[in-house]
Amino acid sequence: MLNPELKLNPRLFNEDVEQKPIRDGYGDGLVLAGEADKNVVALCADLIESTRTEAFAKKFPERFFEVGVAEQNMATIAAGLGISGKIPFIASYATFSPGRNYEQIRTTIAYNDSNVKIAGHHAGISVGPDGATHQATEDIAIMRAMPNMLVFVPCDAIEAKKATLAAAKLWGPVYLRFAREKSPVITTEETPFTPGKAQIFWQSKKPQAVIIVCGTLVYNALLAAKELEKEKIGTVVLNNASIKPLDENMILDLVKKYPAVVTVEEHQIHGGLGGAVAELLAKYRPAPIEFVGLKDTFGESGAPDELIEKYGMGADNIKEAVKKVLKRI
Amino acid sequence: MKPIHDGRLEYLEELANKIREKVIETLLEAGSGHSAGPLGMADIFTAFYFHILKHDPKKPDWPERDRLVLSNGHICPVLYTTLAYAGYFPIEELKTLRKLNSRLQGHPHRLALPGLETTSGPLGSGLSQAIGMALTAKLDGKKYRVYCLTSDGEHEEGNHWEAAMFAGKNKLNNLTVVVDRNNIQIDGFTENVMPLEPLKAKYEAFNWHVLEIDGHNMQDLVDAISEAEAIYEKPTVIIAHTIPGKGVSFMERDFRWHGKPPNKEEAKKALHELRTLGQRIKSEHE
Repeated sequence: MLNPELKLNPRLFNEDVEQKPIRDGYGDGLVLAGEADKNVVALCADLIESTRTEAFAKKFPERFFEVGVAEQNMATIAAGLGISGKIPFIASYATFSPGRNYEQIRTTIAYNDSNVKIAGHHAGISVGPDGATHQATEDIAIMRAMPNMLVFVPCDAIEAKKATLAAAKLWGPVYLRFAREKSPVITTEETPFTPGKAQIFWQSKKPQAVIIVCGTLVYNALLAAKELEKEKIGTVVLNNASIKPLDENMILDLVKKYPAVVTVEEHQIHGGLGGAVAELLAKYRPAPIEFVGLKDTFGESGAPDELIEKYGMGADNIKEAVKKVLKRI
Repeated sequence: MKPIHDGRLEYLEELANKIREKVIETLLEAGSGHSAGPLGMADIFTAFYFHILKHDPKKPDWPERDRLVLSNGHICPVLYTTLAYAGYFPIEELKTLRKLNSRLQGHPHRLALPGLETTSGPLGSGLSQAIGMALTAKLDGKKYRVYCLTSDGEHEEGNHWEAAMFAGKNKLNNLTVVVDRNNIQIDGFTENVMPLEPLKAKYEAFNWHVLEIDGHNMQDLVDAISEAEAIYEKPTVIIAHTIPGKGVSFMERDFRWHGKPPNKEEAKKALHELRTLGQRIKSEHE
């Protein structure tokens, strides 16, 4: 059942569950962060509407900088703002930032310890019709490998708002990953968000496997868990929004009790959440893992739900992965 | 900005030459690093840290200080040497350049050493960082000025021109760029590798105020900086024509000295030339 302590959306499994793009939470959080601290500034590379930077730009025009289609410039101007006392948020599609401007982020933000927050939008293949050029599927890997960089992947618009606010308050570089399409609102305003903490969203009476998931696919993981329970297969679903720092204790505790793991992410299966979990378990508590995500392939054009299904990240695929991993114990 | 008075100018020129000598000694000790750029920029660094910048080596984090951003981080031997002579850290520490556990990294790292405004090395990213600092000054109503020193070769980087467009658009009059126009880069002469000319016209087309100076004439530089302070509607770029390897005859204008240090023999010869001002005076060291 859903964890009652976290006060998740009670209408979550209704057919008319509220749907909202996760990126909306960035826009809301950015305005709140700007209200709370006058040092918060925002930059955008010709995408203020689709990165939801527009509300901040309208409310605080003197603290918003339009850099044009120039992601390298956006990152490095932000680096200069960050080391001189500002808290800059930069936003573009994740394929361009942190994709195109990776080295600038590495040198002038991460190594330089500049207080910049990087919002990577349109992450994952659920971007849809724009095709693989605009679907960021390696961004968690490149940002997670970078020293001095934190990585958060919120699962809905409300968690995205909280992650954005948390990033403003944390000192140092942070990467925030957001998706484009509408997706079910899973959490509520009462649900806590703490950097470095994972949360048990679902726990069956007798769990056998742990599903560790982040971002857009948390909903599919919960659907899978609910259906598996009907088939008498118990699971725990762990919402792992904080990729870095990783909630190592929580993951190790769960895997100690239920030593079969499925990781789920809208990202390559290499180097992302699955990679992070595999590294941890290989060192402290080896256990069989199945990885749900893109299997070393690029996406393509299509409707978001068609793509999720074609590339094996639907609720059914997660169910299959659980069954498969349980056979490996 | 006040002009440099006569006695002071002579002192600064001697100091710049001393900094060149120390750059040679430091590179010899390090066993790797760049020679031509640091020698070519010694006059400009000396003028900045001993006349132009408002700064306090005892308080490197003084919020009101002027910012000097070195974009082409590879010429850091001259930055480090000038900072040491200005009092940011002991001159003795220059011996640790590029060595394990040193604060003097092969390319400057802001967190490692007091007096460094940023981390640089990968080219083309300094101007935009300087822009960020200039924006902060404007937002906070601060009077400090931001200077960015760049190489000519790094104008081949797209990031630099993205930044140039932004600074022109935003009329950042508290930002001044100095281009080390020494005409060389690793693979050869800039005009062969990738022609930059007409450089002045390029900047003008990006809505900058452009000045050209002899990069070895400190008074020229100070005058240009004064003019930049008076320009209200635009950022200013000062194209400083310099001689790479300045002061060492066999290094001057030779692109092969862009990225290598002198060996023992070459260093001895270089130091002799610097200490005798090219055989014009007697060296006090020999």
